[in-house]
Amino acid sequence: MSIDTTFKPKIVAFCCNWCSYAGADLAGSSRLSYPADVKIIRVPCSCRVNPMFILRAFEKGADGVILCGCHPGDCHYSTGNYYARRRMTLLFSMLDYIGVENGRTRVEWVSAAEGVKFSTTMNEFVEKIHSLGRNVRLGDLRCKN
Amino acid sequence: MFKIAKSELPSLFRLIADAQDLYVPVDINGSANFAAWDEDAIVDIDTLKTVKSPKDAFFPQSETLYTCRREDKKLSIEPEALQDKPFTVFGMRACDVKGIEVLDKVFLSDPVDTFYAARRAHGTIVALACHEPEESCFCKVFGVDAAEPAADIAAWLIGEDLYWKALTEKGEALTKIVASVLAECDEAEVEAEMASIRAITEKLPYANLSLEGWDGNALDAKFDSPLWEKLYKPCLACGTCTFSCPTCQCYDIKDYNTGNGVQRYRCWDSCMYSDFTMMAHGNNRTSQMQRFRQRFMHKLVYFPANNDGMYSCVGCGRCVDKCPASLNIVKVIKAFAQEEGKANV
Amino acid sequence: MQELVNRAKELLSSGAVNRVLGWKKGDLGYNPEPAFFETAEELEEFVYNGFCGANLSKYMIEACKQEGKTLVMLKPCDSYSFNQLLKEHRVVRENAYIIGVGCRGKLDVERMKKLGIKGITAVSGAEMDGPDTLTVETLYGTKTCAYNDAMLERCHVCKGKEHVVFDEVIGESVDTVDAERFSEVEKIEAMSPEEKFAFFQKELSKCIRCNACRNVCPACSCRKCVFDSTKFDSAQKANVDSFEEKMFHIIRAFHVAGRCTDCGECSRVCPQGIPLHLFNRKFIKDINEFYGEFQAGSDAEAKGPLTDFTFEDVEPSIVAERG
Repeated sequence: MSIDTTFKPKIVAFCCNWCSYAGADLAGSSRLSYPADVKIIRVPCSCRVNPMFILRAFEKGADGVILCGCHPGDCHYSTGNYYARRRMTLLFSMLDYIGVENGRTRVEWVSAAEGVKFSTTMNEFVEKIHSLGRNVRLGDLRCKN
Repeated sequence: MFKIAKSELPSLFRLIADAQDLYVPVDINGSANFAAWDEDAIVDIDTLKTVKSPKDAFFPQSETLYTCRREDKKLSIEPEALQDKPFTVFGMRACDVKGIEVLDKVFLSDPVDTFYAARRAHGTIVALACHEPEESCFCKVFGVDAAEPAADIAAWLIGEDLYWKALTEKGEALTKIVASVLAECDEAEVEAEMASIRAITEKLPYANLSLEGWDGNALDAKFDSPLWEKLYKPCLACGTCTFSCPTCQCYDIKDYNTGNGVQRYRCWDSCMYSDFTMMAHGNNRTSQMQRFRQRFMHKLVYFPANNDGMYSCVGCGRCVDKCPASLNIVKVIKAFAQEEGKANV
Repeated sequence: MQELVNRAKELLSSGAVNRVLGWKKGDLGYNPEPAFFETAEELEEFVYNGFCGANLSKYMIEACKQEGKTLVMLKPCDSYSFNQLLKEHRVVRENAYIIGVGCRGKLDVERMKKLGIKGITAVSGAEMDGPDTLTVETLYGTKTCAYNDAMLERCHVCKGKEHVVFDEVIGESVDTVDAERFSEVEKIEAMSPEEKFAFFQKELSKCIRCNACRNVCPACSCRKCVFDSTKFDSAQKANVDSFEEKMFHIIRAFHVAGRCTDCGECSRVCPQGIPLHLFNRKFIKDINEFYGEFQAGSDAEAKGPLTDFTFEDVEPSIVAERG
């Protein structure tokens, strides 16, 4: 598979305020690198993320969307991420069903102490999106110009 | 008068498509709608009524008006180009053609809608006669002749042949383009077919629907009728009737944020929708009853009041076929007739 | 049918109910409309036959806001929707008097047309106790077709003939199941991503954004839909490009996931014949597989699968792993 070298993926990472955003912070202060293609959007809890957010990100030109939250059991609001887990499972299954490539969406639980996990996850995800190429199936054509 | 074997239609389409854009009724997974013709398209000229009317060809459901783009510190505004090439719509029906006449009243009178006018100037319409009118058809009520559509070219499908008759200059021009596949013939067969079509339209269940009491002066009599309050009840407030209608012409203008610019587009609006005619001050019509009433008052009262008595319904019957709650303009007309103690069939 | 009319008249005249929500005769033999009846006289126009496919639960949302009781006729599958609405506090049980009506499968006039029956002026055999064959008077002669062949898709995979909520039941229901509920979904699941995408692209390209699927849906009971918001640029009525339709249908299906009873109204009303139930049924199938069998509306208390969780739930990565 030839990799498009001019392709700079746009990646949106929804990070929960309490764990994953702090994890990203730790990755930064530990000088762990992850690609600049990842744009973090901080949300109060992973369950704040409505499926619409994810589709909107794709609509406006994202090539991959990742949701990071506290590990199950560690939610700041005790149960938020359990709901998020169910929602995302169903949404990803639906995206798969309508023919969107599987790897474009991902959920990862990252705690505030896991700076290393944050950076490796992002590196992996960006690589995956690189291999999948541009998001052509879920984008809005009007946003391309 | 010319004719061509039905089996030769693809070569006729190819000839037109080589010269200009061609729109025909195309079957997509069981629904016929007008779409651009290509070699692989499943052309469906047997289905009497496409789901969406062909008004799309002149007044598309969505069209961009202009685009603003931001590049660094520069802002550019690019208006959308007007239609400047000829195109043909093949397979409209007499009612759809009449629908375009209604749209002309709206978009070609002052101030002229340039997008629509450009399409009208460049579009040629080939209309088919309705060989098997359906029970929901009532175009006769609005003076439409299903046997001889008043388009640029009228066409009939009889037996294994398609008969072709140019009625206007544009029609003559298109005939020249396809002359190589057409053979001259006389009109006897078509005359007989027209007679048989007219005989069927006489027998249609709504053939004698009376529009008595519906005209430009009926505002006071109809607007405040308590009947609306009853009639609207089953209405689900969806836009099926308005979006399948060949004469509904209301539109909305919206902006789409493309990230580094704005695309201004217009799209069909529906009086059934909650934000219909929404303005800065709020909404004109706050209840579904008011919005429901608007549709029928517009078609049968307001429009004739402003257009020398011309109704903005052409009796195509798409709303009769498609309304999820089986409500429609015929039921409304009948309900008023019953209320006023008139017989109406 | 006469039994329904008599009972409705009785309840109206005794003052037990203030209005009756049922179906009113149409003018073409196949187009009855949902209607409210307030007097015994009006009830003369009441009809109940194979063409009364409309799910009246949706109308109960508004009817329950009116004064007094509304008598509503619900088919077995409609009663699931009513239950679901009860659970969501969108209808008031005390304001409804439910007569469960029998059902032998509902007819789809579009299917009859697809079978080549055009110019329909009258249909006989659609009655509750009618024969297995419909006799159709058309402008082009008399035609016949099997009742089963003209049935809505949803009736071939019927949920069952029992009403889940009712005050009384009038009439017997018939078993109409002759297809596998999830077989169409499975067929799509087995496709390659390219085929899946092409399939949905083709179907959804027909969408005209009339919102009939949303407006008829008993689960779509939001007071204001996000797609009706004027501040949102993927607006309700534009079908500018393929993204908008996908967005609309995915979000709509998602929002009713776990609440959709699979009543099939969305597919019935779609003017373009888009098989919208394929979205909802996919969610139902996934919910059954991931979180255990669940039928929305089978009772009015149980927690919905998306408002519930267990510690052991599968991770979203299952979708990729499943292949």
